[in-house]
Amino acid sequence: MKNFLHIWLAPIVLAVITAIGLLSALTGDNLWDVLSWITLAAPLLVGTYFLNKHLRVAKK
Amino acid sequence: MATIKSVKRWFWWHKWTSLICTAFLLLLCLTGLPLIFHEEIEELSETKKEISHAADANPVPLDQMAATAVKHFPGKVVKLVVWDKEHPGLVNITLGDSPSSHYKTDKYVVINSYTGKVADTPAPQEGFMYIMLRLHVDLFAGIPGKLLMALMGFLFVIAIISGIMLYGPIMKKFDFGMIRTEKSKRLKWLDMHNLLGIVTLTWATVVGLTGIINALADVMLYAWQQGQLTEMTAPYKNAKPLTGTLSSLDEALNIVQQKVPEMQPYFIAYPGTIYSSKHHYAVFVRGTTPLTERLLKPVLVDAKTGELTDMREMPFFVNAYFISQPLHFGDYGGMPLKVIWAIFDIATIVVLGSGLYLWFARSKSSREQIARMEANYNLTVTV
Repeated sequence: MKNFLHIWLAPIVLAVITAIGLLSALTGDNLWDVLSWITLAAPLLVGTYFLNKHLRVAKK
Repeated sequence: MATIKSVKRWFWWHKWTSLICTAFLLLLCLTGLPLIFHEEIEELSETKKEISHAADANPVPLDQMAATAVKHFPGKVVKLVVWDKEHPGLVNITLGDSPSSHYKTDKYVVINSYTGKVADTPAPQEGFMYIMLRLHVDLFAGIPGKLLMALMGFLFVIAIISGIMLYGPIMKKFDFGMIRTEKSKRLKWLDMHNLLGIVTLTWATVVGLTGIINALADVMLYAWQQGQLTEMTAPYKNAKPLTGTLSSLDEALNIVQQKVPEMQPYFIAYPGTIYSSKHHYAVFVRGTTPLTERLLKPVLVDAKTGELTDMREMPFFVNAYFISQPLHFGDYGGMPLKVIWAIFDIATIVVLGSGLYLWFARSKSSREQIARMEANYNLTVTV
């Protein structure tokens, strides 16, 4: 179980956050739109963070 | 738990489904990028569509607008009257050689519903955006092209699923987000492929699945015509063809709005068009909340007597189609959502491109990779 979470916790959390974002803008306007922007930006920011972290270290 | 045998099997699926669909997916991502912003791009070349009118102004009668449109394109007949969702106050009228003529020869007239004057005669079947759209939707090949795209979407979804199945074994020894930069170029790109793939997973799956549903639109339209529409017009099965002037469009809309005052008109299909029977105006109304505005309800009005003859809820698969559209287009949450859609789109291009690169670079080292994984598993099994 520990191994499973080690691999899958981050992907599952990101998948749930993305799903919330995809659906929230569908269910309402204004606040729901803002919620979708924030939640959908999360996986992109996480990806950017790790790309930046590892690729910058590599350059040094 | 994954065994080396299942890893090999998923790898086979991932390789072949990806290889077959990647060229198409790259095309879809590249053409999809401008399509996300089609409204903004189209507005650049269009005259501003701001409709100003006095607060108490009344729209001119629909019958008058239809007559104006026909006058603009003599010899053509009205097929559809569509209320412009993005530009309230504008009504789009589609005309064709006959109600059932092919859409390729259709003409379009936009009418300002407060002045009754022609505001625009768009030609959506030409220009850069039209080429992007057709490349994206059907490769200029009509229904066979759409079905091919649906198949490619299906392969894409299998590629995603098999990719997830490979992600676990590969990441077994590593922390989330790791990128091995020192070892080799191939490993670096493999890790970036995995990272970008896993963070865009849900978006790519949803856009892939809704794309498949969109590609099957013609199949669904056909199923609706053969099913619900046929049921609704069953009493007219043996009726004589319509002759003479049709009943008033305004009265048809009126009677519908009295019946369902809580809904707003979306479009009216003339008798003989693909959205109606040979004897009815089909008035499609929709709700007013972000979700229900995507769910249509067809109301049939006899185009001779002007009587309302039937009203139904759309079958579930048609509703699934309507709800899937925004989830594919990303046009339901303002400009920031469109930008997010574009970034996901670009990230998907990187995943596809790196996947292709890995396939070229891997033939030799894939055996080493599997051997490494095998060693890991043997290790964990014995521990």
